[in-house]
Formats: sequence, C-alpha cells, structure tokens
Amino acid sequence: MRKGADIYGKLDWPTIFIYMALVILGWFNIYAAVYDETVSQSMWDLSLNSGRQFIFIAASIVIIMGIIIIDMRFYEAFAYVAYGIILFLLILVPIIGKEVGGNKAWLGIGSFGVQPSEFAKFITALAAAKMIGTVGFRMDNLRNQVMLFGLIGLPMFLILLQKDTGTALVFTSFIFVFFREGMSPFLMIVGICAAFIFILTLLIPNQLYLHGGIIITLALLIIFGVKKLKRISILVVGAIIVMGVIESVDYVITDVLKPHQQNRIKALINPDADPLGYGWNVTQSKIAIGSGGFFGKGFLKGTQTKFDFVPEQSTDFIFCTIGEEWGWMGSFVVVVLFMALLLRVIFIAERQKSRFARAYGYGVVSIFFFHFAINIGMTIGLFPVIGIPLPFFSYGGSALWGFTALLFILIKLDAHRGQVLQRL
Amino acid sequence: MNEGRKEILQIIFILTGLVFLVKLFSIQVLDNKYAELADSNAILREVEYPFRGLIYDRNNKLVVYNTPEFDINVIRKDIKDFDSTKFCEVFQMSREELRKKFQEMRARKEYSPYKPTLFIDRLSNAEFARVQDHLDEFPGLYVQARTTRSYTTSALANALGYVSEISKGQLEKDQTRIYKQGDYIGQSGIESFYEEQLRGKRGVKFKLRNVRGIEKGSFKEGDYDTLSVPGKDLITSIDIDLQLYGELLMEGKSGSIVVIEPGTGEILSLVSGPSYDPNLLTGRNYSSNFILISNDTLKPLFTRPLMAQYRPGSIFKIAQAMTALQEGVIKPDTRIRCDRSVIGCHGNHSNEDLRGAIENSCNPYFHGVLRRMLNKGVSEDPYEDTRIGLEEWNKHIRSFGFGGNLGVDLPNEKGGLIPNSAYYDRAYNNRPWKFSNIYSIAIGEGENLVVPIQMANFAAIVANRGFYYKPHLIKSIEDEGPLPQYKEKQFTTIDPAYFDIAVDAMERVVESGTGQYRAKLQDIIVCGKTGTVQNDPLPDHSVFIAFAPKDNPKIAVSVYVEDAGQGARAAASIASLMIEKYLIGQTKRPHIEQYVLNGQFLY
Repeated sequence: MRKGADIYGKLDWPTIFIYMALVILGWFNIYAAVYDETVSQSMWDLSLNSGRQFIFIAASIVIIMGIIIIDMRFYEAFAYVAYGIILFLLILVPIIGKEVGGNKAWLGIGSFGVQPSEFAKFITALAAAKMIGTVGFRMDNLRNQVMLFGLIGLPMFLILLQKDTGTALVFTSFIFVFFREGMSPFLMIVGICAAFIFILTLLIPNQLYLHGGIIITLALLIIFGVKKLKRISILVVGAIIVMGVIESVDYVITDVLKPHQQNRIKALINPDADPLGYGWNVTQSKIAIGSGGFFGKGFLKGTQTKFDFVPEQSTDFIFCTIGEEWGWMGSFVVVVLFMALLLRVIFIAERQKSRFARAYGYGVVSIFFFHFAINIGMTIGLFPVIGIPLPFFSYGGSALWGFTALLFILIKLDAHRGQVLQRL
Repeated sequence: MNEGRKEILQIIFILTGLVFLVKLFSIQVLDNKYAELADSNAILREVEYPFRGLIYDRNNKLVVYNTPEFDINVIRKDIKDFDSTKFCEVFQMSREELRKKFQEMRARKEYSPYKPTLFIDRLSNAEFARVQDHLDEFPGLYVQARTTRSYTTSALANALGYVSEISKGQLEKDQTRIYKQGDYIGQSGIESFYEEQLRGKRGVKFKLRNVRGIEKGSFKEGDYDTLSVPGKDLITSIDIDLQLYGELLMEGKSGSIVVIEPGTGEILSLVSGPSYDPNLLTGRNYSSNFILISNDTLKPLFTRPLMAQYRPGSIFKIAQAMTALQEGVIKPDTRIRCDRSVIGCHGNHSNEDLRGAIENSCNPYFHGVLRRMLNKGVSEDPYEDTRIGLEEWNKHIRSFGFGGNLGVDLPNEKGGLIPNSAYYDRAYNNRPWKFSNIYSIAIGEGENLVVPIQMANFAAIVANRGFYYKPHLIKSIEDEGPLPQYKEKQFTTIDPAYFDIAVDAMERVVESGTGQYRAKLQDIIVCGKTGTVQNDPLPDHSVFIAFAPKDNPKIAVSVYVEDAGQGARAAASIASLMIEKYLIGQTKRPHIEQYVLNGQFLY
C-alpha cells in the first residue's frame, strides 16, 4: 500500500491534468460532431461515436493502471521484444487484415478491430530510445546511424505497404529525437529546406527565380560568412541538392505521387481551383472553422460539421467542430493545451537521468507535435491533407490507446527517475 | 555538444502554435467570407414567386392570366452520380444539347457551385409532368415553380406589353433592390407601367439542409420566412371585342386606331398595326420569337398609337378654328376667299365661312386664319409681331394636349411637336423668320407632329366641348379605381361656347362633306374630320377623327392609316365601323367592312 501511495505522489500530475482535459474535450466534440438534432440521441448512446469513445476512454484508464503497475524496468528490457511483435503484426495486416475506408490497417479480433500501426508508434519510440540508450551508441557514428534509421524505417515501410501514408510519415518525426541526441543538424536543416523549397516551387511557377535566389544566397554566405574551404564545399553541395529538388518537383508530382496525393498538394496551393473536387475537404474545413467567429456558434449548434459538409468530422477533421462551435476562443484553448503538453513533455524528458528515458521523452513529444501540427495545419489549409488523427480528440480506440500508452509510459519512467541515477 | 538543441525544439513548437493561432484568428475573426459561405452551404433559400396580377377588360372578361411553368435549377456540388444517358432520355435532349446547357450554366455570371443556378428554364406544365417523376433520380436538381403570362386572345399585344427576365442593365438601375437576377419584370406596355402593382411580393423560406441537400428543418423556427403576396388585378378600360374588331380591320395596314370614352378618358381600344400575338412572347420560345419580332421590318413592337409622330393634316384645322375664335381674329361668319395661288385646295368652293371651310377643308381659309393670328399688329416689327402671335397660338394648341406627353399609363409615350419661337430660332439658325416662312403649320403640315392618341384625345375634347381626362388604360386597380391623375378634369384655354361651332362643322363633314360616303351612319349622328397627310413619294396617310353621337357622345376615335391615300377612304371607314361596333354591336354596312378588309396598304 505504501509503495502504491508513493508512486501516485511521484506521477507528473500537470501532464495528467492536461491529458484529462484533452480527452474530455475530445469526447464532447465527438458528440457534437455526430449529433443529429432530428434524432437527438444521448452522448452515451453506443450507436454513436461518442458512446463508443466513452468505452475507449474507460478502457484507457485500465491501460493506464497497467502501465503504472508494471515494473519500470520492463519497458527498456522488453522494448526489442515488443518491437519484434509489432513488426510481425504489421506484416500480418496486409495478409489477414480487413479493409476499412480504403486502408488495410486493421486486425480483427471477433467484431473488434485494432490498428497495429497506432501501437507501432510508441513501441518504435521505445525501441529507438533503447538503441540510443545503449552504452557506446554515438549519433555521429555512421554504423549506428544506419542501424537507427533501419529501426525506424522498417515499421514505416510496413505501414506504407498498408497504403497508410499519413501514419508512415509520423515516423519521420523521430528526426527531432536524433537532433536532440546529437545528430548533425545538417540532415534536419536540409530536410526542412527541401520541403520548404518543394512547396515554394509549386507556388512560384518560374523556377529561374528560385535558382537565382539560391545562387545569390550561396554567394552572400561565401562572401560575408563562411571562409573555410570545407564548409564552402558543403554549402555548394547543399545548394546543388536543393536545386536538384527544384528540378525534380515536376517529376515527383506527376510520376511518383499517386493522383489523390497530387491533388492534396494542389488543394493546399489553390483550394479554390476545384472547390468541389480535390479542394472540397480543405474548403469545407476552412468554411466550418472560419464560420465559428470569435465565440463560436455554441455547443451542438454547428451546421457545417453536423450536416456532413466536413468529411470525417469525428476523426481526422474533429478540429472543425471545435472551430465552428467554440470559435477562436475554443481553438485558442485547444492549441494552448497542446503547447502546454509539448513543453511539459520536453521539461520531463530533460529531467531524466537515463539517456533511454530522455530519448523516449523526445520520441513522445515528436510524435505528438507531428500529429498536432499536421492535423490542425491541414484543417486550416496550411498543410496538405494527410489523414492522421488529432491526439485525444479524434474518434478511435486504437489511436486513443496508442497515445495514452505513449504518454503514460513516459509518466511511469519519470516517476522512477530517482532510481536510475547510477545508470547514467 | 548538444547545447541549445532543447531550446531550438521549444522555439519550433511555440512558433507552430503561434502560427496556428494567427491563422485561426484571420479566418475566424477577421475574414467574414467563411461565415457567409457556411450559410450558403447549410441554408437553402426557397423562393416562392407571387402570382402576377391578372388583367381584365372593361366588361370583366379575362385578358391576361398566369400559367405555371417550371425552372430546373442545379446546385453543382449536390450533383452525384449523374446519369447523362438517363437524363437525356427523360428530358428529351441530345448529349450535345446537354453539354451546351452545362456550359451555359457555368458561363452565367452568378454561377456558384454552392448556389442554385438556372439550368433548364421555363418548362411548361405538360413538359414538367413528363419529367416530374424522374427528378429524384438526379440529386442536385431543384424545381423552381413560377408562372408565365398567358393570353385569352391574340389582341392588345402592344398595350399589354410582355414580361421577361430582368436584364443586367435593369438590375443595375434598380434602386429598390427588390429584383434579383433571374426575376421576371414587365418590359413594356401595361406590364411595365403597372409593374409595381402587378408584381406582388416574393415569399422566402429558409431551410436548413445537410450536405446531401436533405432538409433538416426550418431555419430559426421560420422566423425569417415570409409568405408571397399576389399582385393586384387590373381592370382595363379596353373593350376586348372592340379591340379584336379593330385589329381585324387593321390587318394588312400600318397605323393605329385609338378609341376613347370622352366622358372619362378611358381608352376603349388601342390598335397598333401591324401587331403580334402576345402568346409568342411567353414561355420557352420567348428568346427566339423575340428576335424574330424585333427584327421584323414592319416593327410590330413599335406602339404606333403612342410612339408614331405624324403630321396631323387637316384635322388640325379644327384646333386652328377654335384658337382663332378664342383670340378673336375671326368670327364664325368670317369669310375668306379660297385663293389657291398661295396654297393648294380641293373641291368646288370659293368664299366660305368657318363652318363651310371646315366642311370643305379649305386650305387658303386656314392660311388666312393663321396669318391673322400671327400678325395681329401688336408690334411695329413684323418679325416680333409673328413671334408674339406664335407664342399665343402655341399656348392654345398645347392646351389641347398637343406638343407634349399626355401622361398615358403606358411607357415610352411620345409628345409630338408644336413649334414655338425658340424652335424656329434654332431651325433658322437665329436668322429672322416670319409668317411666310412657317405658314404650312396652318393646315397641320409643316413642323407640327402629333401622335394618334393625341388626335383621339382631341376628338374627345371637341365631344366634351372643351375638356378632357387624360387617356388611360387602367380603369381600376383591384377596386381602388384608376390612378389619381386620371380623375382630374383638364381644361383647354378655349371658351366652351366656341366648341359648338366645331361640333356643327364636324357634323357637316360627315353629313355632306368629305366624310359623307364612308363615315355616315343611319341612326347615329357622327361628327368627324378627314385628314390627308402628304407623304411623298408614297401615297398620302389617311387620317380621320370622329366622335358620336353628336349629343352626349359615348365614343371618340382617331384612325391613322399610313400610305392609304385620302382620309375619307380607309381611315373614315375604319372609324365609322368602330363607332358602329361599339354603339350598335355590329355593322349594317358590310360593303364598307369588306372595303376595309380588302385594303392592303403595306409598303
């Protein structure tokens, strides 16, 4: 009993309160999103997404209990085993999985289905943290880098096979972890630049301007800043890579991306070009959020989300309900809650004594950040439409449990940080 | 080695959150566009078009009524799984036509994928019945019921006018903001003049609907809904049987017949020839028919009774006589020699008094009369003297309703012209002019211009012995009576006593003068005056004005037949037939009727 009281005192309650706030707000908004005035079912009605979400929330509490009770050493010790199991499940999915909404991402157990890809996120975060935490592991060692990228790339590849591009892309967020743990920023900067230039190329029809801009930037850097020959050569190589990206945009758009992916990028750049076709989701999503005004239309009073103008309104586009019914005030609260969560998790990660726990903490924050940024970004037209859930808000058992496990394993590790002093 | 990396990540996260909040603020609070779009998404505005007022004749016979027609509107984004083969089959159109329909729809200025846009317009009742059962197979198609005009007869087209979709120019000019793109509006005639009374009030219902267009109840419990109010019915002063008869008589002729009830100013008949069948300008074939009719070289859309400005010819001599008597320059027994050296004349007479001069339409007599009026010797300067005389003359003539709009309840009325000094100054470029330059106005030629309705009104003035009511077509708006301006008596500047002289003279015109052969009736004393207006190189215009009976007149008529020769022929015949038809019900002179019907005077 004493031990139990002990552990509850050491849990990071601020994080838990943020978690509870997000989950409860999410639940209310799922109800609002599916609410139909003419039928007027209760929030608990199991035929509604909100009723089922309540069950998922209840199950999450069980999961949380389990995570807290299990010995903290278990997570590091069994990280690779869990990783192996999840890889196996991911291989199984395309073979025996069932198809829901075009993605073959579900494993059915009776009438009940789970998405292994949702759980792959926190398990991969654990495995990656374990690898980084291994004695002698160096982020600047090429062999270690290859191993680590392999560890991330394997589940990513398997998820891509399920045609779930969105979830696969989530794994790219581990770049933040590697950056924190000492990887050269070169890769991250080039990656961000490449993405930035890619979008810029689409926006600026004449590529000559871009090439000119890059050459001028390069020249300025060499003249005013960088004097060392080695650095100059790195910059030149970087510039050539970026110019290559520019030249390859057309090719990537037309030959590599699938038509629906091409359209999502086109919709981002100009949603008004075809508001009924590929621009539909973004346009309708913006209309729903934008019509909320400052104070919103009020709980259950939204017309856009309720009357199905917004697609997937209880899952990927749940933020539309928040924007429409609670206005900018509501959006502000949600964004601020997420910012608080992210900063709190960084704070927790930084106070860890073990490299494993810290790397895991950064895995947690990276995954949350990616989901938060991409999901809200897409609903307000800042990112292309990538179908990934908004953590704790979007309807869905697997996603909620995956995110809950992700967060509470960190809380569990954090509660025991005093015991691992000697192992740093 | 990893110093500052935590901070870099924190900054990235915080910046992302801030960017979101700013972007959210801009679309939620700063930009109102999205709120409007949301309304157009979820609120369906159903317009309930009002019934346009009906139009009756003076005996309560229905003339204009409404028949339902149906527009098919499309909300582009609601179209799902459109089966074009099926559609072409149901709507009986080719694929080519269907493609054109879609192109036309997209080309409309008001086109929006979120709002109903006109797709197929003006399906008749029968056509709609055929497609009605299939409509729910094509989501995204919405029916808009409204009405089109139908006519019980083919008569009165010019006076009734027509109704069509409001033009862009009209929309821009509309200060009332009542009209919307796609609304119908009266474009001419009564439909245009009484648009405000006829149109009624549109009703609107706001309904909430989901993305599939399924209704989800009324918006705010229907607080913003309004019912449509039908337009007011109009009772015209037209006698539709008389009108039909007049149009029959005008067949193959160009010109006009105007019949007025002198005691009220009510227009009994307003015939414009050539005319058209008003049913052509309704329904789906409106556009193609309109092009045909408006390109017709005989100008059937031109409402001659109000818009055709002619020289009045000899009928003007009556007005000259009245004016001269009022000015005191002649007496009824004043005789003037028929001196044919200054101006031509006709018939066998030499030295008539006023009545005889009117009866024989003596040109030199009225030349002399006008000389006395314009050169009264009030000024030493002969030019100045003429000016003074002309201004006085002008004032009297205008009091007969000439030289300006009468104020008929139809649009586009023309006023004609009665010259004054300022007019001649302009015409002569400020060089001096005197009587000898302008004397042809004495006999209704020269610069004078009148429109047929003014001639009929003039006949009514003589019939009333000196006053008139402004001619009008609408006897009553529902049961409110005519517009107030049509209840005011208008007086001429002439002493009523002088009119008996004119009445006597006009009686003699028909009894024994130029009108005796074709205008005289057995039981009714008709008073009339012929006119033959020069029209080189074509034959003269045939003109006749008349009223009857002599005492307590019931009807005043003007007839103007272009290029038909002497006034005593076509015009006198038609006028007398109209009088007979109205007062007796049918003609006792079939040979005259046959004479008119056989006359073809179109050039």
